Amino acid sequence: MERLDTIASLKFFTPEIVLVFALMWVLAWDLILKNRPKERRGVIVGSTLIGLVVALVLSIRLLDAQAYGLFHGMIALDSFGSLLRIIFIVTSIIVLLFTIPSKELSRVHHGELLVLLLAVTVSLAWMANSINLLMIYLTLETVSIGSYVMVGYLKTDRLSNEASLKYILFGAVSSGTMLFGMSLLYGLTGTLDLYAIRSALASQEMLVSSGPVLTVVILMVMAGIGFKTAAVPFHFWCPDVYAGAPTPVTAFLSIGPKVAGFAVLVRFFYGGMAERAGDATWNVVGSVPWPAILIGVSIVTMTLGNIAALLQSNLKRLLAYSSIAHAGYIMMGAVVLSDDGIQAMLAYIVVYLFMNLGAFLVVIVVHNGTGSFELQDYAGIWRRSPILTIIAGIFLFSLMGIPPFAGFLAKWYIFAAVIKADLAWFAVVGVLNSAIGAFYYIKVLKMMFIEGSAVPETSSKLTVHPIYAGLLFLLVVPNIIGLLLWGYLEEITEYSQRLLEVV
Amino acid sequence: MIPLEHYLIVAAALFSLGLFGLLTRKNAINVLMSVELIFNSANINLVAFSRYVSGDATGQLFALFIIAIAACEAAVALAIVMSFYRILKSVSLDEASVLKG
Repeated sequence: MERLDTIASLKFFTPEIVLVFALMWVLAWDLILKNRPKERRGVIVGSTLIGLVVALVLSIRLLDAQAYGLFHGMIALDSFGSLLRIIFIVTSIIVLLFTIPSKELSRVHHGELLVLLLAVTVSLAWMANSINLLMIYLTLETVSIGSYVMVGYLKTDRLSNEASLKYILFGAVSSGTMLFGMSLLYGLTGTLDLYAIRSALASQEMLVSSGPVLTVVILMVMAGIGFKTAAVPFHFWCPDVYAGAPTPVTAFLSIGPKVAGFAVLVRFFYGGMAERAGDATWNVVGSVPWPAILIGVSIVTMTLGNIAALLQSNLKRLLAYSSIAHAGYIMMGAVVLSDDGIQAMLAYIVVYLFMNLGAFLVVIVVHNGTGSFELQDYAGIWRRSPILTIIAGIFLFSLMGIPPFAGFLAKWYIFAAVIKADLAWFAVVGVLNSAIGAFYYIKVLKMMFIEGSAVPETSSKLTVHPIYAGLLFLLVVPNIIGLLLWGYLEEITEYSQRLLEVV
Repeated sequence: MIPLEHYLIVAAALFSLGLFGLLTRKNAINVLMSVELIFNSANINLVAFSRYVSGDATGQLFALFIIAIAACEAAVALAIVMSFYRILKSVSLDEASVLKG
């Protein structure tokens, strides 16, 4: 890998620079226009949007760039990270639009929320590209600290505060645990650079003696990664935080930090503990067979997520457990030690972005209309807004993985990659889990459709804000034409073939 | 010179004490103090390894970053605890029980 110095790196760092500049710009104008609330709102929302769009354009231009280690090998520049950066920025743009007409956030000023959104977005992009233990820890904490505040943004709301308190306590513990694991890894190898760690772990002497310590290191680092991806057994915060946070923030948390967590997972294990074996396969480096640990985590995560979701009566909690289950599916792609697996992960993440944000958008729209997140209040939505119900159905079917929709394509990729790696039993576990998952998604749909007939005719139509209507349409289209996107998705995620070229 | 093992034992003890405090304390401030113990156990490890294993300053640098981040995290955590206290007039984690299931 060619490692660039600080000045030479800046050229490839434009999206982040734009985001940081936008962040300071929004913060400043938010204060300057303090006494003019009308213009203030427009200026901050407009500048955030412009900053994000410019960063998006710049990061699309970086997609084809050659691979480098930026800043003396602290941050990677490769197609894998560039694709994820685009995903984060798209998520932020959508979440920004979510916040505008949200009823939950209507009583508070949005300035700090937008600043935090930008700050977390830029640190997510860093996090997904870190190839040094110090950078991984720093960026992970930056993401965490920003999201703690975002979760507790409704200062006077008891649930929001409680969620934020639980989030920061769990977060501090798991990042502390990860840190201890990293310090042991540093002691073992004498370096913080992931690629240097790999060469150190590959030495004969290390292979003989490092087993127990390396196992402890992997388990401890998994505490940090598992916290970010909401994988069992570090998922306890997830339902509470998702239920307590303002819904647009919940939607953001269900994509941004989760995806960045998976990026760190790939960087850490494929950068530090695996090496290319052939055209498209990898070999484990070091004395610990880490894929076995990940298989265990993945199976427990999806099973527990799916079963717990069956018992939920609050939509946000239900989607929280569903997102835990999806973390299990995504992790399946990381264990197979092949480029197909990584590509399947990326494909799943792209599709997951559209279907999960869509599902949360439906929750926001219904909350704006009824003021409730409880499943029983979804009864009769069919009468009040048939189109919304159909769109919600498409998102839910997509999450289920039913054929004509994009979710099926994502699951297909993952299961195919797993079967190709001779882990057919693991794919069967995944399919069985999808079957369990179908129950609770259908439970929601049934509530919206069938039991609606008992609702009195007097209940009014559900009004959908024009921004939400547009977003619903934008999010639902990729889900419907999922199968047509087959080739395109393959082309996008093929970039992962060049994953970690930085070696 | 004190051998490396002594530092590692102190660090491991601090880590365990922190974990013990986390699991047994009901007061949010106490839990935060336990988290600081965990961070500092990692610091001791890093500085010791930097001296004995790698021989360069990367571990010490990492420790400096951890101290700064731990301060940020403590500031945000205390702010959140304050805001929690304003609503519930308590910092006991038993009060944080509305969200469950």
